[in-house]
Amino acid sequence: MAHHVDHSQPLEYSTTQNRLNIYGFWIFLGAEIVLFATLFTVYFTLSDRTGTGPTGEEIFELGPVLIETFLLLTSSFLIGLGVHAMRLGRKTPMVVFYILTLILGLGFLIVEIDEFFTYVHEGATITTSAFVSSLMTTIGTHGAHVTFGLFWGTAIIIQVIRNGINARTANKAFIFSLYWHFLDVVWIFIFSFIYLRGLM
Amino acid sequence: MSFDAIFAPLSEPMVFGTFIGIVVASLAVVIGLTYFKKWGWLYSEWLTTVDHKRIGVMYIFVAIIMLFRGGVDALLMRAQTAIPENGLLNSAHYNEIFTTHGLLMILFVAMPFVIGLMNVAVPLQIGARDVAFPRLNLLSFWLTVAGAILINVSFIFGGSPNAGWTGYFPLSGPEYNPGVGNNYYAWSIQISGFGTLMTGINFITTIMKMRAPGMTLMKMPMFTWSILITSLIITCAFPVITVTMAMMTLDRQFGTKFFAMSDGGMDMLYANLFWVWGHPEVYIVILPAFGIFSEVIATFSRKNLFGYGSMVAAMVVISTLAFLVWAHHFYTMGHGVLTNGVFSITTMLIAVPTGVKIFNWLLTMRHGKISFTTPMLYALGFIPIFTIGGVTGVMLAMASADYQYHNTLFLVAHFHYVLIPGTVFALFAGYHYWWPLIWGFRLNEKLGKAAFWVMAISFNVAFFPMFILGLDGYARRMYTYSAATGYGPLSMVSFIGALGLAVSFILVAYNIYYSFRYAKREGSDPWDARSLEWCVHTPAPNYNFAVIPTVTRLDEFWFAKKEGRDLQAGKIEDIHMPNNSQSAFWQGIAMTAWGFFFVWAEWIPAAIFLVITLAFMLYRSFQKDDGYHIHVAEIEETERRYDENGGLRGAK
Repeated sequence: MAHHVDHSQPLEYSTTQNRLNIYGFWIFLGAEIVLFATLFTVYFTLSDRTGTGPTGEEIFELGPVLIETFLLLTSSFLIGLGVHAMRLGRKTPMVVFYILTLILGLGFLIVEIDEFFTYVHEGATITTSAFVSSLMTTIGTHGAHVTFGLFWGTAIIIQVIRNGINARTANKAFIFSLYWHFLDVVWIFIFSFIYLRGLM
Repeated sequence: MSFDAIFAPLSEPMVFGTFIGIVVASLAVVIGLTYFKKWGWLYSEWLTTVDHKRIGVMYIFVAIIMLFRGGVDALLMRAQTAIPENGLLNSAHYNEIFTTHGLLMILFVAMPFVIGLMNVAVPLQIGARDVAFPRLNLLSFWLTVAGAILINVSFIFGGSPNAGWTGYFPLSGPEYNPGVGNNYYAWSIQISGFGTLMTGINFITTIMKMRAPGMTLMKMPMFTWSILITSLIITCAFPVITVTMAMMTLDRQFGTKFFAMSDGGMDMLYANLFWVWGHPEVYIVILPAFGIFSEVIATFSRKNLFGYGSMVAAMVVISTLAFLVWAHHFYTMGHGVLTNGVFSITTMLIAVPTGVKIFNWLLTMRHGKISFTTPMLYALGFIPIFTIGGVTGVMLAMASADYQYHNTLFLVAHFHYVLIPGTVFALFAGYHYWWPLIWGFRLNEKLGKAAFWVMAISFNVAFFPMFILGLDGYARRMYTYSAATGYGPLSMVSFIGALGLAVSFILVAYNIYYSFRYAKREGSDPWDARSLEWCVHTPAPNYNFAVIPTVTRLDEFWFAKKEGRDLQAGKIEDIHMPNNSQSAFWQGIAMTAWGFFFVWAEWIPAAIFLVITLAFMLYRSFQKDDGYHIHVAEIEETERRYDENGGLRGAK
């Protein structure tokens, strides 16, 4: 079972438990899609219900959002390189790519938090209107996922540095990369259907 | 958080009495465990176990305890309304009781009972040694317990939720419901919901990836099929309630405006979101029931299940339609004719696959050699009673007629006619059926049958009058009525039926004690059953199968018996097993505390317990735990002992 290593497969798929972990995580991502789909549905329902508060057009700024998009998309590319390095068994480049991924993720988060502060300064707090409530909850849920990812990724990097690339750490690093790519996909939806739609 | 506010409910004598009762009972348990020196045993053999069978038993234990709590709520409601102008409960207390009754029965009786049975049976039915993620499975259990604890302490500490089990806005919003009651509601569903979602993912992975060699999807036992589909529904539906409960919490505790009556909020959005989860939830508790009945009816008719393929297709269709009918729960809340029309049609469509299943069960019994065991009685009782529930369901599905029935006892009677013969009868059928798998003996049949008859008759006495009362205009959730309405006599009949139901549940519980004491130990496969779970020794050893069987067709075990083949013949090898998990147990405790302080908006302790929860996750990430191996010699010794003793564990 778990101790039996199948060398014909990539390391992250090499044991039965590893394959189960990856399969189970895909199902979990399916549940995450439903979660974000629900948040988007709520947002689309409430996005014109601004009450006495500002509308999306009044508060959205393309500049910071483009920076966030650039940071997150690049980080997704870098974690892809990290997984590639892992498949080649090269620990140092893998760790470096993973660290760069998280640094860009942190950068994304800083810009996002700054953006939230801007909204609040412009009078759009989470209690202002149903529109702002759903805006901040949808984007905030994504941001919370990125935050959680920063801690999770750090824990995995530490384990790779300590224990090297083996069936266990490769499996974790690979699953984390799935999570990170998923957050990127969600962000593309946020960028297109919240920001661009709001600015049009 | 002031002590006056926390303990305010205790000023009511009934709550105070219950509180004292709970304290005394808990003390008795603590003293008993200490006196018999059973703490270590309880902790290492049960609370931290990752064995799917024991986790299943713990789920069912929790479900039965909650059944009694929810049952007391029901009795109080029927007692209060048994006579006109009764003063047993005041309106506020009545509101809390009907709310917790619904919430408990669905989320903490039906759900854990279903999940308990699937834990017990599914890995064995597919020839696996455990689920895909055993430690996650234990964590799921403790999160369910955390939710159950939160909803159960609410009536002592600060007050229970009182806006109905649906928690509609604006009634459950901060303006109309300022106390902590509905915070408990949100956190109880939220935390147990995480656990349920993880269970869904766990069982999809288990069933898709861990079946015995040769068992293709269309050779799986019907119960396993029902659990696969149920798990898919869980995974698609529970994230919706996660978001909805998060929004409820944000609205109630942080002043957001999702469901508010001002600033652009939309109260109807809550009703929609709730039922987008809520209706699939109904199927989450009914499809496993269909699976159980399929197993039971085939076994006790001594025939293979009629129309296997159409049974699977029917469940797949039901699972899809489950997501397309949610608005039928509020036809009268102001949608247009077109919306009501569409939802009417989708709702009525569900009767088609359900009808297919009913006919398949009837045709399975045709020409069968039927034995009237306790599980079979539940299955036989289910068919006619459930059909009444189904037919009244079609009546309610007609949107224009629903204006007459909605929010009356007619509706209450309908969904009890679906849920009690559907879910409760199935759960008891499965519970009697699979009991010997875990304990090595059957529950007493006489007591079991007596309980069934009392239950089936009392159920009709309790709920049939409600159809008539409902058509006479008796609105649900009304805490009392005047004598002039004429509701008195039938309400009294209903109360008498409720008392009968209580007697039947006590009989079921007494049967546990009686059978542990007097039942004769038996070998494996006491029912002469058909599916793979019965080819292991009973009580099932912790590794389940000494040798994983190979499957070539449906009901492989049945044919192997006929041909005199041993499915577990072959070379025994070392078996890899997972270690117990202490962190899952403590994480459950930490999340209970987190939920409790969050409910009371005590941010510092809430943050501390959140950090503790995350610390457990971090600990798990760094933990290197490869489990252990049971060696061949030990397995052979265990198997030999079973064979010598006719399938008994540890019998001397």
